[in-house]
Amino acid sequence: MAGNVLVFVEHADGKVKKTSLELLSEGFRVSTALGSQLNALMIGENASDITKQIDSYGVSEALLVHHTHLQNYSSESYAEVFAKAAEKANAEVVLVTANSMGKDFMPRLAAKLKTGLVSDCTSISVTDGILRAKRPMYSGKVIVDVTFSTKGLKLLTCRPNVFEITKNAPGDIKSSSLDMDVKAPKATLKELVVGAVGKADLTEAEVVVSAGRSIKSAENFSMIESLAEVLGAAVGASRAAVDAGFAPHSMQVGQTGKTVNPKLYIACGISGAIQHLAGMRTSKVIVAINTDPEAPIFQNCDYGIVGDMFEVVPMLTQEFKKLLAE
Amino acid sequence: MKIGVCIKQVPDTGAKIKINSDGKGVSEEGVKFVISPYDEFAIEEAIRLKEKGTASEVIAITVGVKRTTEALRSALALGCDKAIHIDSESTTLDHLAVASLLSEVIKKHEIQLVFLGRNAADDDSAQVGPMLAELLQLPQVTGVSKLTIEDRNIVAERDIEGGAKQIWSCELPAVITTNKGLNEPRYASLKGIMQAKNKPLETISLGSLGVSSEILEPKVQLDHFELPKERSAGKIFKDDTQNAVAKVVQLLRQEAKVI
Repeated sequence: MAGNVLVFVEHADGKVKKTSLELLSEGFRVSTALGSQLNALMIGENASDITKQIDSYGVSEALLVHHTHLQNYSSESYAEVFAKAAEKANAEVVLVTANSMGKDFMPRLAAKLKTGLVSDCTSISVTDGILRAKRPMYSGKVIVDVTFSTKGLKLLTCRPNVFEITKNAPGDIKSSSLDMDVKAPKATLKELVVGAVGKADLTEAEVVVSAGRSIKSAENFSMIESLAEVLGAAVGASRAAVDAGFAPHSMQVGQTGKTVNPKLYIACGISGAIQHLAGMRTSKVIVAINTDPEAPIFQNCDYGIVGDMFEVVPMLTQEFKKLLAE
Repeated sequence: MKIGVCIKQVPDTGAKIKINSDGKGVSEEGVKFVISPYDEFAIEEAIRLKEKGTASEVIAITVGVKRTTEALRSALALGCDKAIHIDSESTTLDHLAVASLLSEVIKKHEIQLVFLGRNAADDDSAQVGPMLAELLQLPQVTGVSKLTIEDRNIVAERDIEGGAKQIWSCELPAVITTNKGLNEPRYASLKGIMQAKNKPLETISLGSLGVSSEILEPKVQLDHFELPKERSAGKIFKDDTQNAVAKVVQLLRQEAKVI
């Protein structure tokens, strides 16, 4: 019989993250196809209080871990915990969100267990018991089909905003605590400098508004932010805008920046260089605004407006405001 | 202190990618190869530490076929002192195999600080750095955009979601993967390019490092490559801007149903 599927369930402020619900939904599909069960791993003191939030996702067992050395995230400690948890859960597949944490510790886990890891999966399927994943390479210019050549544990990190959330009827989850000693990590988290409050994250946002170099200054980004605020969107920038010093690198969309996958992407004054398209082409709907009707972005969008963004963006902000007020 | 910079040669990020007719890989025909962009920050940071006197020697290391020595030669031209090429010959290696080979070289040369780019611009996996740290039992900080080293103490800043930053601290020896923003990589000078010709570049065979065939055997395999579906050109509105804006907003609600 196939081994189980173990999903890492992340939570913050007593609430399970949306990306973890995506992962549980996909994990349940995979475990059903493998004919095995879905287990969850939760870390933290209050983890047992929030197992209720995941009782409609087909989870059979929840493993809860708590330790002083796990109060802050650490790649070394997490690799240790996941190695132990995978064993205890009789896991064949481990799914973790491909965020700054998952991408940091999962390769450590793979090296510890001498097994394979597929990063940034955008699709998982099981045929005749064989697990296949699709993942982008070259910043999304290529999609590759990957299989594991090992019989043992298969590790995968999954892109946020890709897998559909599906609820089932609520069920009982058996909780057990994973008692283990965790070594003090060599690298320690000293401080967390928080970003602007209430700002949506680029890689998880449902709507992204980005601007290119023709924004002309960092100050002019306030116009983009006004539009983003109306839509509850995250703000991005092209590489040209970042290189010109108008926006920090954390806002860069495209190759050598972030890959985004929102429902709606609005590109303002972005010509559509191949590196930028690579980072946003999987957006469901793309709106482009550019003065140049020949700009490549117009070949890669759903709706385009030929015009000056300094004129168009404030108009868009007003129109969306009107529409959303209805 | 010796610094090791592990680099990868990748297709130029501006290049259009073509897939081989058998779907088994990416065509190298007419492709210009460069040092992976994030590795440039790794090289730059290492060279700056040498210039400051913090490091005694900077060794550039890569695993790959013969052409990847060009990337090492470029690293030497930028200011690395010597280079080691682990010849992958025609073997297909996955990340764990590459990390294992690199770890042997790092141990052998008693390297205290390892730099790598945050991820390689071809496969984007971001796996080799943390794997290397685990194999060497070293602390790691990935995606570092600010770094200070005093005595043996490292303080490193990494960007996370939502524009937030984490500040990490650890001691040498350590593995650091570099992000954009860490520094402004230099261009090679003519003098540097001339000097690079006489700097040592050693090629060592895959088999000479004592990594078992079990580890070298790929754990994952890339079965089929395909290009993503092309997006078709959309509805473009040119004339009356106010009208165009109203139209697009209406379409986003009624046709695309995203608002």
